[in-house]
Amino acid sequence: MRFVEEFRDGRKAQALGEAIRRRVTRPWTLMEVCGGQTHAIVRFGLDELLPKDLTLVHGPGCPVCVTPVAIIDQALAIAARPEVTFCSFGDMLRVPGSAEDLFSVKSRGGDVRVVYSPLDAVALARQLPERQVVFFAVGFETTAPGNALAVAQAADEGLENFSILVSHVRVPPAIEALMASPQCRVDAFLAAGHVCSVMGTEEYHPLAERFRVPIVVTAFEPLDLLQGILMAVTQLEEGRAEVENQYSRLVKAGGNRPAQALIQRVFQVVDRTWRGIGPIPASGFGLRPELATFDAARRFGVQDVGGAESPDCQSGLVLQGLLKPPQCPAFGTLCTPDHPLGATMVSSEGACAAYYRYRRFDPAH
Amino acid sequence: MCLGVPGQIIDVVESPLRLGRVAFGSTIKEISLACVPDAGPGAWVVVHAGLALDQLDEAEAKYMLECLNALAEGQEQEGA
Repeated sequence: MRFVEEFRDGRKAQALGEAIRRRVTRPWTLMEVCGGQTHAIVRFGLDELLPKDLTLVHGPGCPVCVTPVAIIDQALAIAARPEVTFCSFGDMLRVPGSAEDLFSVKSRGGDVRVVYSPLDAVALARQLPERQVVFFAVGFETTAPGNALAVAQAADEGLENFSILVSHVRVPPAIEALMASPQCRVDAFLAAGHVCSVMGTEEYHPLAERFRVPIVVTAFEPLDLLQGILMAVTQLEEGRAEVENQYSRLVKAGGNRPAQALIQRVFQVVDRTWRGIGPIPASGFGLRPELATFDAARRFGVQDVGGAESPDCQSGLVLQGLLKPPQCPAFGTLCTPDHPLGATMVSSEGACAAYYRYRRFDPAH
Repeated sequence: MCLGVPGQIIDVVESPLRLGRVAFGSTIKEISLACVPDAGPGAWVVVHAGLALDQLDEAEAKYMLECLNALAEGQEQEGA
């Protein structure tokens, strides 16, 4: 058992596992929303502590994975332009578009740079006034405040050579879309702790009520995940469907108000298409109309660029918890981290990459 | 990308961006502390992409770091 061998608190983990086993009397399916949680579950072998009637499925909470091919293709088109310095988080460089990835553009001489923060891209725009500096603004609610701050800073400084290619997504509409699907088999959710530290927990109450589904805000650390699972199955066994906060030491009901104010100043809620899932109403952030001048897609006229993803990639089913990565015929054969068909095999938060990297690679599948 | 990384504030320049130096182990980065208005030198914060979004105590920060390191080591050891 990896957890016991490699990490402290093995005894506490076993005790929580035992408590979960005692509590579960019938089959339940839980979905953890955050890709960081998925990696911790697989890395520490937490699912091996659970009773066989309790199934964990992995949700869509990997921003790299759900960024649609069309937006990747727009990024490629912008990055290939000679006047552009294209800045991105490192995770995005190997994500395949319909024909290639950002590394390919870089290898052909494109000025593609990995930055730590969107504020680094603003600093580059300041240093390189002759260049068009574009930041690839992806992520959930955790990266939205930083990206909003970068745009606000550029606007305040009048930096005309800075823009962002936006593909921001929001967790609550994704939960709503999953629950509204007739294929949905999720009985309870572990919501993403760090997302809720920004946005708070208020958005989740209507979802718990409407779909009669327990939602437990949970951290990504192993003991916290087991505690969150125990809270979720306790609700299910008792017939409750409430929002509970396992991560109260970091997450407050109201979230981080200054961060929310930054988001509201720069972004508005828009419809977004999720890679492998499709369009979800009101599921993302886009720039406010008064800040449209910072919209890179518009600035470079690439709004209509975009292709389709590989027909062999079943990441959409993985992202909806309908397929475990090893059940995909391409897993570990046609699709590996070196030759990914879809983003779930690329990202450090992708479920396919987690299964491949840790102990779940069985070429027989 | 969804997980923040804890670091300890070294200093802060009071301005709208509230930039400060934050230590992540031996690495020091300039971070905006605008969303943690009460955090000063010595405080631990969780940073997402250059912006600190939560203040937390040292024990919590070290636990989070321990878990993040274990995840990162797992990826290095078992990476394909």
